[in-house]
Amino acid sequence: MSMQTLPRRLGVAVVTAVIVWLLSVRLSTFRDFQIAEVAVEVTAVAGLTVLTGLSGQISLGNGAFMAIGGYTTALLMLHLNWPYIAALVASGVVTAVAGGIVGVAAARLRGPYLAGATLMLGVALPALAAAYQGFLGGDQGLNVVFTAPAFLGATFPLTRWQAWVSAAVALVTLVLLANLCYSRIGRNWRAVRDDEVAAALDGVNVAVTRVLAFVVSAICAGLAGSLLAIVTSLVAPGAFTVTLSIALLTAAVIGGLGSLPGALWGSLLIVIVPTYVTDVATSHGLSSSVGSNIPIVAYGAVLILVMLAFPQGIQGGLHRLLTLFTGPDPKSRRAHIPHVTPPADEPAASHHEKEGTQ
Amino acid sequence: MVEFLQFTLSGVSFGMIYAAVALSLVLIWRGTRLLNYAQGGMAMITTYVAIEVVYRTGLYWAGFVVALAAGAVLGALCQVTIIRPTMNKPPLNGVIVTIGLLTLLEGLAGVFFGGQFRSFPTAFSVRGLRIGGTPLGVSRYDIFVAASVLVATLALAVAFRYTSAGLRMRAAAFNATIARLSGIRVARVLTVGWALAGLLGALAGVLVSPSTFLYPNSMDTIFVFGFTAAVIGGLDSPVGAVTGGLLLGLALSYAGGYLPSGANLVPVVALGILVVVLMVRPDGLFSATKVRRV
Repeated sequence: MSMQTLPRRLGVAVVTAVIVWLLSVRLSTFRDFQIAEVAVEVTAVAGLTVLTGLSGQISLGNGAFMAIGGYTTALLMLHLNWPYIAALVASGVVTAVAGGIVGVAAARLRGPYLAGATLMLGVALPALAAAYQGFLGGDQGLNVVFTAPAFLGATFPLTRWQAWVSAAVALVTLVLLANLCYSRIGRNWRAVRDDEVAAALDGVNVAVTRVLAFVVSAICAGLAGSLLAIVTSLVAPGAFTVTLSIALLTAAVIGGLGSLPGALWGSLLIVIVPTYVTDVATSHGLSSSVGSNIPIVAYGAVLILVMLAFPQGIQGGLHRLLTLFTGPDPKSRRAHIPHVTPPADEPAASHHEKEGTQ
Repeated sequence: MVEFLQFTLSGVSFGMIYAAVALSLVLIWRGTRLLNYAQGGMAMITTYVAIEVVYRTGLYWAGFVVALAAGAVLGALCQVTIIRPTMNKPPLNGVIVTIGLLTLLEGLAGVFFGGQFRSFPTAFSVRGLRIGGTPLGVSRYDIFVAASVLVATLALAVAFRYTSAGLRMRAAAFNATIARLSGIRVARVLTVGWALAGLLGALAGVLVSPSTFLYPNSMDTIFVFGFTAAVIGGLDSPVGAVTGGLLLGLALSYAGGYLPSGANLVPVVALGILVVVLMVRPDGLFSATKVRRV
């Protein structure tokens, strides 16, 4: 399988890179900024969709991991003058460690506890910035100086360079994640998600598998946070609230949990629709507090409606459309549709909800 | 020593609020096997309802009663409309739906009430009580807070123990299938459970808001503390939830009082407590050993 799919994935990545390049050259500076935003978002959402869709865990703390990545980048560039690429890698390493620590605690937990623990992380971490004003800059945060390299010329727009860097990191992350999902590790994640006991009997180390998924999703969030730091030239606690984590979850759910293309659709919607809605609301004379809250209302409504009506999200819908024309394709069905909802005839007895009823 | 007494008493007062949230989570968990992430959001909305009533009528107690009633109605309504359809699906779906509900409620609060901090009136004086010349660090209001939660908890305990409705709820939580076979309308019992949980959450919201101010996200922190308290207690045990709330209230009060820049570190300390409890006793301090069903 990997012989055929690896070149295909690289091909898709190259085509996407060319599209991003064309868009960034043709469109306005604001669109460049949006491209960068989508790239940041998709990097984080991809990690979350893998965690939730494939390994069956849920996190409301990925915004906090983004904060860890962002602050690591800002501190290294500010105090030690590290080049960005080194700060990016370091951010990935630091969030991996943080993800490992939370993941070890998380591996003891099932779904409901885990989301609570990660929500706690999301609430607690921004408080650190206020507790260590001198080092982390308090509410004002830290400024990040990021410039386009000299060889591009003095007139090269910074936003275009930011878009390129973020899109490149996002694409590399997506290709690596895609390979990981279809490797043995990815199969173990799905096995543990579907039936923990059966997976353990087959020799899968359930705890290690879970922690690994958590670490992978934390690394993605850390890279995204690092990108966000250079795209907005600032890291501040206000950017990494629980709302950010919920926006990430909304993007993953609406795109289709467990699907990497779905992560892209979800991220596009999450970046473009709120800006548009807020613009429309303010131009119709609604106050800014109404305009800025409409996206939040929409996140909530979307999470509820998608989970009740279309648990497989956009990517699941696209697949159903596709199979209408081409007939069922067993390979891609197996690969793409996450078992968020078991078929109606499958008894739910194997799921965790029955646990602990004694 | 005086300081220690002050921290202890204020810890008990806040601990009772965490206990109320924890208890509402336990009520829902026992019936539905679902952790209701929207509990804080529901309490926030009912507190806004209370504040509007208080401002219009000038009566604190009118707002108080309306908030509790609104909490019960909101809880039942949410259970019937969006929670019931997720009950035969994997647990993740229900979790995501409650997260969606939380987000929806916070967004709606922002749209209708705005994002600014609003102060909430109290029923009693918040001036610190003194014995002789020594300040105790608690006010009449703090005593009212602790007493209300205590009364609500005891009322629930009595209802569960001695009424037939309570027996039906315990039966449905113990084994839904057998309860259904015995003629109990399990679906309706679960709705009642959500209504009671909504009522308790609303109580917590009204009680805590004078100290925290009211804004769309104001209950987030209270919710995670309540969640931590419930986990300390084991999520399954009402007694554990109340004990967990008190323990957490005390621990956070000492941490906030004694640690340098402690007030900012309170959520971090709570996170530490949660992680340690989960590592050492993932089923909580008070739960019996459980057998995992396959």
